[in-house]
Amino acid sequence: MFDMLILILDSTVRLSTPLLLACLAGLYSERSGVFDIGLEGKMLGAAFAAGAVAALAGSAWAGLAAGIAASIALALLHGFASITHRGNQIVSGVAINFLAIGLTALLGQAWFQQGGQTPRLPQEARFTDITWPFADSLRDVPVIGGLYSELFSGHNLLVYVAFLSVPLTWWVLYRTRFGLRLRAVGENPAAVDTAGISVTWLRYRAVICTGILCGVAGAYLSTAQSAGFIKDMTAGRGFIALAALIFAKWRPVPAMFACLLFGFLDALAIRLQGQPLPVIGQVPVQVFQALPYILTVVLLAGFIGRAVPPKAGGVAYVKERT
Amino acid sequence: MTRGALPRWADYGLMPALNLAAAFLASGLVVLFIGENPVEAVKILVWGSLGWNEGIGFTLFYATNFIFTGLAVAVAFHAGLFNIGGEGQAYLGGLGVALACLALDRYVPWWVTLPFAVLGAAAAGAAWAFVPAILQAKRGSHVVITTIMFNFIAASLMVYLLVNVMAKAGSMQPETRTFEPGGRLPFLQDVIPGADFGTAPLNLSLIVALMCCMAVWALIWRTKLGYEIRTFGANPVAAVYAGISPVRITVVTMMISGGLAGMMAINEIMGSQHRLLIEFVSGYGFVGIAVALMGRAHPVGIILASILFGMLYQGGAELAFEKPAITRDMIVVIQGLVILFAGALEHMFRPGLVRLLAAFRPTAAQAA
Repeated sequence: MFDMLILILDSTVRLSTPLLLACLAGLYSERSGVFDIGLEGKMLGAAFAAGAVAALAGSAWAGLAAGIAASIALALLHGFASITHRGNQIVSGVAINFLAIGLTALLGQAWFQQGGQTPRLPQEARFTDITWPFADSLRDVPVIGGLYSELFSGHNLLVYVAFLSVPLTWWVLYRTRFGLRLRAVGENPAAVDTAGISVTWLRYRAVICTGILCGVAGAYLSTAQSAGFIKDMTAGRGFIALAALIFAKWRPVPAMFACLLFGFLDALAIRLQGQPLPVIGQVPVQVFQALPYILTVVLLAGFIGRAVPPKAGGVAYVKERT
Repeated sequence: MTRGALPRWADYGLMPALNLAAAFLASGLVVLFIGENPVEAVKILVWGSLGWNEGIGFTLFYATNFIFTGLAVAVAFHAGLFNIGGEGQAYLGGLGVALACLALDRYVPWWVTLPFAVLGAAAAGAAWAFVPAILQAKRGSHVVITTIMFNFIAASLMVYLLVNVMAKAGSMQPETRTFEPGGRLPFLQDVIPGADFGTAPLNLSLIVALMCCMAVWALIWRTKLGYEIRTFGANPVAAVYAGISPVRITVVTMMISGGLAGMMAINEIMGSQHRLLIEFVSGYGFVGIAVALMGRAHPVGIILASILFGMLYQGGAELAFEKPAITRDMIVVIQGLVILFAGALEHMFRPGLVRLLAAFRPTAAQAA
């Protein structure tokens, strides 16, 4: 029983990682007042770029860099449309999702002729699992040994990057000048503008942060979790991340717990497929798939707590009205 | 005319044309980038979609889907609401159509089934839009986020229903049994003498779609409810002072929108597939956003935009056949670019255009 729990928690960590990275990515953008439903697209674009470049260059690091670059490019496009040209942020996000789905499949087929996939990556061109010191020798120690060797040790670098991004994001957001201004510009851009700080530049920096983290999330999917890019491999994770962001009420530490919860549901669904549960009997796998969305809707409706988005979110800032 | 405003012909004609041109130019660059000739690609696309009977049939068949989902997004736009849940509402609409067809197809002819199918589709779609609407109106949760969540919930629900409840007995396929003729809409070529659309499943739903266009036009611009919807969309605060209930308008508009999205399933399920199957919506709901944006939320514009997107779908299929390097994914890219340029970047050319037109105006005034 305990072993099974450890295994489920272990896959929870793996499944939560891309959610967490994308969720923190969305946090930067949305706290600055730029709604982003294009997390999915940026992640997909990054996964493709990372998979393609890692295959060509034979290096996971080159892949990661390419993934981040592709994601930042899409993020800047979102910024160009919604910050510079004051376009509708939702529409821009939809456009980016479409572009990413189409371009990754189109370019994938044009460049590699493998039905939209990138070539299968060799082990050297991937982020492989890191075994912590003494993990093997401690394996047999009851409780702690299992936790240490299975749960904490033996993940790839990007998993640790994702979980370290949580305290980092917290620090940036609540303990730096940039973070203070970022939160302010999402609540009241006019006040930030009055203080002589450029709203535009601040928001651009926020969407670049979003781009970086989405890039890591995408690279995780294609160069760490899998060995290469597969068409439409994000499979709605960007939207689950968005749900987690709302669930966490746009705060970094709760974001981690929300992502772990959603990752846990996913791991549980995989583990319980076709197995009856005690008391309730067999639960269809679709229930687990829908649960993150249902929970988010319930939360948004204010039945369990209340999720209030950043006040200036979704509204383009107009300096002067003519 | 206030400063910074454009004359109507420029706002409704020139601006969309400019945005569309930019989107197609960017698409051409993508084609060039993967090493194909864009001019040739356009030729194949136009010929494939309009150059022969079957091509025209398919173009209009796809356009029918887009008219429904485009109208759905447009109606919500008029109330200042963004219904991004067309995908889920259309999926549920399929359930409504299938229930009507499965219940009636063995006993009555299609023209008896049709009103029930329309009703079922609209009711199911509207019901799926009702929850996000009431949550926005009463609890303040944003309709954009809720409708996105409902798209995913719809997908899970439908897979569950098709696998565990509605699947044909003894079959592993997640789909219902095929409808008898009583649950199938006639093809247009069987109704109109002399028409020939080959194997294209163009059916009577096109007529239903066009009737919906007229109904939406009448609703928005010729009824009290439509006036209230537009007032609420233009200024919700003023609307409240005018005695318009925000709760009522939000809920009613979203339900009309959801109903229209749901009716897309009539074309796909009753008109073409003749059975309910998973993922039949395959993005039509999302493309409705592009259609509504390009069509400026006006039924006439939506019909034109739908035909254009129908051409892209059909022509794109031909293109993928003729030029294997340009896969059907190119259509998705073009859609993305259209949404980008006609939607998110719609104001990009505006300041320049305003300046350009203003430069001509003083001379015209002096002449008069």
